[in-house]
Amino acid sequence: MVELVIKALFMLLVMMGAFLPLITWVERKQAALMQDRIGANRADLGGIRAIGLLHPAADVLKLLTKEDVVPAGANRVLHLLAPVISIVPAIITLAVIPFGGIYTYGETKLNLVIADIDWGMLYVFAVGSIATYGAVIAGWASNNNWSLLGSMRASAQMISYEVTMGLSVVGLFMALGTLRLPEMVYAQDATFRVLGFLEHFGLFETLPAWLSWITLPSWGIFLQPFGFILFLTCIMAENKRPPFSAPEGESEIVAGYHTEYSGMRFGLFYTAEFLEVPVIGALVATLFLGGWSIPWLPQETLLGVLVPVAGEGFGTTLCLILHVLTFLLKVVVLVWLQMAIRWTLPAFRYDQIMDLCWKIILPLSIANIFVTGLFILVVEGLR
Amino acid sequence: MVPIEHAIALSGLLFTIGLAGALARRNLIVILMSIELMLNAVNLALVAFSRLHGGLEGHVFVLMVIVVAAAEVAVGLGIVISLFRNRETVDVEDVSLLRW
Amino acid sequence: MSVTLFYVFAAIAVAGALSMVLNVRNTVAGALSLVGTMVALGAIYVLLDAYLIGVLQILIYAGAIVVLFLFVVMLLNLREERYPPARGLIGKFVGVAAGAGVLAWFVTVLPGALPEAAAVGEDFGGYRHVGLALFRDYVLAFEVTSLLLLAAMVGAVILAKRRI
Repeated sequence: MVELVIKALFMLLVMMGAFLPLITWVERKQAALMQDRIGANRADLGGIRAIGLLHPAADVLKLLTKEDVVPAGANRVLHLLAPVISIVPAIITLAVIPFGGIYTYGETKLNLVIADIDWGMLYVFAVGSIATYGAVIAGWASNNNWSLLGSMRASAQMISYEVTMGLSVVGLFMALGTLRLPEMVYAQDATFRVLGFLEHFGLFETLPAWLSWITLPSWGIFLQPFGFILFLTCIMAENKRPPFSAPEGESEIVAGYHTEYSGMRFGLFYTAEFLEVPVIGALVATLFLGGWSIPWLPQETLLGVLVPVAGEGFGTTLCLILHVLTFLLKVVVLVWLQMAIRWTLPAFRYDQIMDLCWKIILPLSIANIFVTGLFILVVEGLR
Repeated sequence: MVPIEHAIALSGLLFTIGLAGALARRNLIVILMSIELMLNAVNLALVAFSRLHGGLEGHVFVLMVIVVAAAEVAVGLGIVISLFRNRETVDVEDVSLLRW
Repeated sequence: MSVTLFYVFAAIAVAGALSMVLNVRNTVAGALSLVGTMVALGAIYVLLDAYLIGVLQILIYAGAIVVLFLFVVMLLNLREERYPPARGLIGKFVGVAAGAGVLAWFVTVLPGALPEAAAVGEDFGGYRHVGLALFRDYVLAFEVTSLLLLAAMVGAVILAKRRI
């Protein structure tokens, strides 16, 4: 029980205490970088500006002290409920994402995931499907036509991309052979010979021996490169940030489903959107970038090096710390990738978003499943 | 362990509520939702009996029911939309031309 | 623990169902209470060791079907004066009587009629077992549902699209 609380607190502190404020800062600085200006640096605490790092605190202060307006004719209960519903899924998704492996200390085993459930990925999908309601209810409860249009767009977009998101990772499930996220990471905590599949055709012996030294970590991104691109696209569309920002569509429907929100209620939508960025980063890192695993250095090898040098307990702890840091590094890389995409691509039109989903990603992900299945049949595994 | 009898009773209760809603309401959308509720109650009974007998046939059947429910909702809501487009109503009493 | 949770979720499910049926003024609030019922039922499935079904319940019913209902209510932009009233006294009486009849039947027949629940393994109701059952023993039924879905899709498009 204590272990569970500590793990949950760690995840919440890292995601909401460190990543969330930093991402609001990175977002502004990235925008400034792309638009060739200095960026946010005006928040000032007794002369200290700290390159704009005080802005997240100023944001929270501003949002908390603003007037909380509920428009006339709005449904008060639903208007209050909508921001809460939109932020909860982002937080509870963290429960199944492993931020470290399984470590043995004498008798006890330490499993660094909050909830190690067999149907972890299904849980992620189910929770993600609930997130649709936040946007839908917000638009309807506001009693505003722009909001209603925004929430109709949001519901259509999110349902459509849920379908393709599920289909785009089926290939990965086939390659890794499990839906339990910690097991998926352990399956990726290994290496495979890039040309190893030639063995099945009896061609491997004819090649020079040094070719078998070319290995890659068996990460999802190398086993399923198409799946990675499709899944990242879909999950970014689920988050409704630009370039998939049609539900908010500033240029045509004011601010979409959260037009009528102000103060901390708007702040919660804002928080949900920003919190989803590191959550997506953590999920994609776990599925496709090997989670906490260090490339070319599986846990046993690392323990085999560390334990004789640093002793049983300390060596294991050192391994644990290295793994958690690797995981966080991968999340940072993926957050940076999302920021770069967000400020590079112009926003799609609404019909382009739906076309991309149903006419491009859906056929491609089904083709990906077929090709993966064929490969597994012929080569008996992707490696 | 959840008492199976109580799960079955809950299923019956939900089915009853859905049946009452489907008979007593005139809003076509609410009637469709009541039918969904009845299908859900049946699913609960199937899952409970599956647990009782320790077989997985009930689970497979529930998957089939979910597919049927999805198809039913798609067609039903299509009917609601075309009805509203032609008659500006979702009241089942307003579409009684074929009733003797 | 799991028994207490079962009663909590059962209460949520019944409350959601009742408020869906009794809410005459506001279809959106009705649909949202139906979501409450769906999620509570998903939790009850998990308590009954039907893990895959529980997740699919939330994923498909709460995440897609009820969103579709909400989408249609919003598309038609039904405001409160457009909602038809509930049926008259006779309709209500028939509804309640039918409901009470079914319930009475259940209450009188049920107690003591069931044998002990079978002992099941750890993995009962997980995606592996249900998937094997689905794709080994019932694969024909599974394939036929794809025809059903295709027919429903074509039907929905033809019904809802203005010009084809």
